[in-house]
Amino acid sequence: MSMELFGNALLSGLLLGGFYAAVAVGITIAFGMLDIVNIAHPAFIMLGAFVAYWLNVEYGLDPLLAALVAAPFAYIAGRGLYRYYHGVFERRSEDSLQGLAFFFGLLFVVEVSLLLVFGVDYRFVSAPYIGPSLTFGDYSVPYRMLVPFLAGLGVVALIALYLGRTFTGRAILAVSQDPGALRLVGGNPVKIKEAAFGLSIATAMLAGALLVIIQPIEPSMGREFIGRAFAICVLGGMTSLLGTVVAGAILGVAEAMTTTYVGAAWGPAVSFGLLLITLAVRPSGIFGR
Amino acid sequence: MSSLSTPYVEDRRGGLPRTLVWLGLAAAIGVVLFTVLGRFNSEYAYLAAYGVLQYVVLATGWNILGGYAGYVNFGAAGFYALGVYGSVFLYKLFPDLPVPVMVLVAAGVGALFGLGMGYLTLRLRGVFFSIGTLALSVILHTVIVNWEFVGGARGAYIIRPEDAPFFSSYAAYLCALMFVLAVIAVAIARTVQHSWLGRGLAAIRDDETAAECSGVASLKLKLAATSLSGAVLAMAGAPFPFFITYVDPATAFSLTVAVNTIAMPVIGGMATWIGPVVGAVLIGSLQQLATVTISSSANLLIVGLLLVVFTSIAPFGIMGLLSRRRTVR
Repeated sequence: MSMELFGNALLSGLLLGGFYAAVAVGITIAFGMLDIVNIAHPAFIMLGAFVAYWLNVEYGLDPLLAALVAAPFAYIAGRGLYRYYHGVFERRSEDSLQGLAFFFGLLFVVEVSLLLVFGVDYRFVSAPYIGPSLTFGDYSVPYRMLVPFLAGLGVVALIALYLGRTFTGRAILAVSQDPGALRLVGGNPVKIKEAAFGLSIATAMLAGALLVIIQPIEPSMGREFIGRAFAICVLGGMTSLLGTVVAGAILGVAEAMTTTYVGAAWGPAVSFGLLLITLAVRPSGIFGR
Repeated sequence: MSSLSTPYVEDRRGGLPRTLVWLGLAAAIGVVLFTVLGRFNSEYAYLAAYGVLQYVVLATGWNILGGYAGYVNFGAAGFYALGVYGSVFLYKLFPDLPVPVMVLVAAGVGALFGLGMGYLTLRLRGVFFSIGTLALSVILHTVIVNWEFVGGARGAYIIRPEDAPFFSSYAAYLCALMFVLAVIAVAIARTVQHSWLGRGLAAIRDDETAAECSGVASLKLKLAATSLSGAVLAMAGAPFPFFITYVDPATAFSLTVAVNTIAMPVIGGMATWIGPVVGAVLIGSLQQLATVTISSSANLLIVGLLLVVFTSIAPFGIMGLLSRRRTVR
């Protein structure tokens, strides 16, 4: 086994991990903290990727900038979606089964709509950092991986700051622990959850822009991220942002190693295998309480 | 609090005479169906009927776990593919084995796989179970893609006999077989619903902790449900390779199968055995129409939209809407 091959696999796995953290952070918020099983989250990531692609091709906007432009709209849409979800499912307390089926349906509505608008061809964006690489001796780091890595970690860090330092952020953490207690101290759990879900959908927009930087996209790709996002969320301990980053890195490295040493055809099984092992051995995840 | 039970009046007139009535009814439907299909006498008519009947089996099988016990299985396509590839595997070993035997083998394998899946995931509640089943389905998919003996990613060809005894074509024979499977699936679902098993599962669905506290052996019942459900789902896949004569992992683990199998019971109504049948017949026929008139990707859009609309406005499905109207009057 050559050291170089191993080192490159490790490096690309870690870089991928930073991007995966951005993919999963929305699930950590929605599923881990708010108890909303948004299985359509990966479809929203694809929607974000196509919005970034569209802004890039039509207006020449940098994908990252495009994400920043579109994120507020995603936030508002997310708030609206939560309001609907709450009114229809949470209030009837039918959120578990019916809500799951609802998001499952939404997943396909978004995916097929993208398919009808953009077709099945692979789409890609242009940006100055797509193409060149940074090289140190035997190791090379393509910028198209480095930029999403840094941006992904940046997004998670900003969310951690927001949750830890602001009033609404702390209220979100409170609602994830005990909505009843939040109500007792005068907070409105529904309003807080609405803001948090908006944030979750906004991160999907950003993750989509990072995805389109990393690789060309097509609408049905989102499904690959269902397993990844949920595996990271569960492995990271559901509500922990640090756990999300660490679990993202673990999954990234595991996938890179599998692709390098076993074969790319086994790739899809890695995230789900990791998920099943976590669920069977330690359902509370590595950072779980 | 009950989340799924429709105002349903328990049917106490069980026993042998009633079973005979049901068998008679099934036979009558079969005779009418095949007379009509015989009139058309085109391969396409059989294809369409086969598709709808297959979904009756799938939706009914899924509902034994998903509807009665409230555990959403996202891995339905995995079980279906288990049946499909079970037949491919047997065909490679013994090419002359009759299809009904393969169906039986598929049912056995599906039940075992369901039991294994239950042991792995049923200690988890609700959502984790759903994600776990999705995980198993994807892992199974990856294994099949990498398994050269059954064709791997390239797929496998099946040479089917030219004709079958008593039937005008082999497609007609398989269509009739699928009808029998649909009757068996519905009979199983109906029996479960009215038995101690169905009542136990309903208690689990409404409140698992309360059910356990009042002495329902929840794990045992759930394992029975996953095994039965797995057997029926796998059964539905077994004749498929002979029907289209070429299968690859993408067709066997088809997304359409995964979505429809969940959507049909949800739209038809999950509390009783009739809901999945109604859902499968309606949506299955609608999709056959849409495939011919619009496009096959429109199918997924229709089902997705119906799923979103029905979960929002009619949580008990079509049957829920009908029975509500009846109680209001």
